[in-house]
Amino acid sequence: MMPATLSLALPLALPLALLMTLPLAAINWHTLLFLLFAVVACACAVAVVLADNVVRMAFYLVLSLGATAGLFFLAGAEFLGAMQLMIYVGGTLVLLVFGVMLTAQSPFVAIKTSTGDRVLAGMVGAALLAVLLQSAFRVEAWQLPAVGAVTAPTATPLGMALLGVRVDAPAAGAPETAVRSGYLLPFEIVSVHLLVVLVGAAYLARAKRRRTPRAIDVAASSSSPPSSSSSGGVAATAREASSSSALVPGGRR
Amino acid sequence: MADFLINTVGLPEWLAWTTTAVVAAVLILNVIAGGALVFIWAERKIAARIQDRLGPTRTGGRFGWLQSLADGIKLLAKEDLMPEGADGMLFRLAPYISFCASFCAFIALPFAFDFVGQRLNVGVFFVVAVLGLEVFGVILAGYASASKWSLFGAMREAAQVVSYEVPLGMCVVVPVMLAGSMDLVTIAEKQAGWVSSWYLFHDPFTFVIFWVYVTCAVASVNRAPFDLAEAESELVAGFHTEYSGLRWSFFFMAEYGSMFLVSALAALLFLGGWNGPIPVAHLLGLSDGTGDTAGYFVRLLGCGNLIVKASLGVLIMMWIRWSLPRLRIDQVMATCLKYCTPIAAAMFAGAMFWQLALPGGLVRGLSRPAGEVREGWLEGPGGLSVRPTKAVSTPAVPVALVDDPRSQTEAKSIVQVSP
Amino acid sequence: MNHFPFVDGMQSAMGAVLAVGLIDSPVSVAHYLVVGAVLFTAGVVCMTVKRNALGVLMGIELVLNGANVNFVAFSSPYLRGEGAVSLGLDGQVIALFVILLAAAEAAVALAITLNFYNNHATVDIDRADDLKG
Repeated sequence: MMPATLSLALPLALPLALLMTLPLAAINWHTLLFLLFAVVACACAVAVVLADNVVRMAFYLVLSLGATAGLFFLAGAEFLGAMQLMIYVGGTLVLLVFGVMLTAQSPFVAIKTSTGDRVLAGMVGAALLAVLLQSAFRVEAWQLPAVGAVTAPTATPLGMALLGVRVDAPAAGAPETAVRSGYLLPFEIVSVHLLVVLVGAAYLARAKRRRTPRAIDVAASSSSPPSSSSSGGVAATAREASSSSALVPGGRR
Repeated sequence: MADFLINTVGLPEWLAWTTTAVVAAVLILNVIAGGALVFIWAERKIAARIQDRLGPTRTGGRFGWLQSLADGIKLLAKEDLMPEGADGMLFRLAPYISFCASFCAFIALPFAFDFVGQRLNVGVFFVVAVLGLEVFGVILAGYASASKWSLFGAMREAAQVVSYEVPLGMCVVVPVMLAGSMDLVTIAEKQAGWVSSWYLFHDPFTFVIFWVYVTCAVASVNRAPFDLAEAESELVAGFHTEYSGLRWSFFFMAEYGSMFLVSALAALLFLGGWNGPIPVAHLLGLSDGTGDTAGYFVRLLGCGNLIVKASLGVLIMMWIRWSLPRLRIDQVMATCLKYCTPIAAAMFAGAMFWQLALPGGLVRGLSRPAGEVREGWLEGPGGLSVRPTKAVSTPAVPVALVDDPRSQTEAKSIVQVSP
Repeated sequence: MNHFPFVDGMQSAMGAVLAVGLIDSPVSVAHYLVVGAVLFTAGVVCMTVKRNALGVLMGIELVLNGANVNFVAFSSPYLRGEGAVSLGLDGQVIALFVILLAAAEAAVALAITLNFYNNHATVDIDRADDLKG
């Protein structure tokens, strides 16, 4: 009992002692929170690259985009952060996960690129990162410590800008006489664009009347029930689900 | 609260902010957990009475008060199972994702004028966005359970929640348009006064929109009659089939938390928020500003008001659950796409034209001049200690008629306060 | 993952240099640019390495997010240094449009992927070689 409590207390006491020695009053909470979100975003982005299972990749991507939304809130872009959460995380990623479920494959089938390709990709990625970081640190203006102004929130000026009226103060440092345009035309174009995408995607993904069976139906029927029960549990049920069109009874029209 | 701790108690600044954050988080957690306990008991009692029986009558006295506690102890003591083919990490994480989404949305939810975790300028948008993240926990739970019942349930629920976000968003936009701000505190402030200044009675279109909102909210939190994702008669238990014990209870805390959240959102957007039907505090001459203890008690009264309204909403959801039969998935989708969305769009257009023609609503509030509000984002950088009152008799967000002198004055005043 | 020691070494050395240099100063635009760069590079590597079509799509999302982080950093009033020029609201509007368009292209890309899966019974993009000569 005593050694058990001791072994429990020690790992708790050590970080606590370390914490007490830090100058807590000097911590810049903005920096700390920024580091928290930034580390999560970057680590999860790298995890997306390194993961093998595509559902886990989607999960890490969700975490990464959520942390990015936190970064947006920290930078003062509240409307954009909420928009990122709603549209990117809550919409696009749900769509992606749906796609992952509908195209689930057995995890034992290795879809891996060859080692040579991965080395080449890693080197190109490292070179790209080096170029980007070097250019980020080249401009002194970008490394000046933040002024930290507290400003008016941006939802109303953003909405007005999308209607074509700029009501926000001119950007800091910009010439006073610069013409600032509204964004009514891009707003309308994007609305029509989204409508076109909606119709197009629905048309592309419609259930079609076929004369010859689909390749996945052939594949599903060729893998007879005894073999499907022995393959990976999760993927097999997902494939069954997709081939029997779980969502709507009476799938094909 | 941080100002109080810094100035009156004399704590160092970092400790004051940390304490404030911790207190806010603990309070919200108590609201969710305590609320879940009460609502589970209430659900069993209401279900029983509707079904002409008594419900829990033994644990803790005649009314079974401690039944929820007994349920909690049972769930804690259960064996922690995981199916063999399950994806371990995702299976374990899924309930917490659902719960976190439900919990995070309470950050922006105001319980009274100054009782808000973080007063966001885009409060409504943030709450609706985070509510839509709850579906991730469901999808991951369904996938990671390695069971076809879970997967079917999860896919159906995800499709349902994502589809109903569209009419939900449209219903939520109507009070935002009437108030001129997405800030939940501002929207509730604008409904101060007698019951006639609530947005529910603002115009007939908003009245209809409220009922569409109720339908979409019930569908969003997967309550009956839209609960085929967890339908016991069809899918064993849907996405949480393989979950037992504490993990299952996290899903249910998330569900009851979301129910309370959408009810509180309905109360804030349509039912006057923390303003009661009779403006007692205003008639007594008290105000709920910061800086005086009388104001604190007024705000506490307002907080109680909001909790009562939200709880009424939850009880009505329970009443609906045990009265109506369950809808099939195609009926659920048809309701969303063929009924809720067009009605919401038509009512939104109607409310927009009504706001242009008669911007005061049907009956103006009698106790305050119409629309007198503490416009939070016009206050100085000291936070909420400054209280300018801005009498607004026009819609706060003008339609973009650039040569309209009203909108130009509004635009100029916006420019003046942004540094 | 046998090719990663080289990449890991380089990236961790760079990370150490960055950590020492950046952790004590208040957050500036450069910090956000680093995050944007990492997201962008991870997205590019993801697009090149993954054979799963949905993996490629995730790489595209990461790339667009990296760009968004950059835009928000340049337009943020909190991060602006003394006398530096800020994009102001324009950066946020651009990022907004990027989010919208990313959602649109993800929808279309998923429809294409679904069609591909229906026709080939696999999402391996290396199998998309019907037109190969």
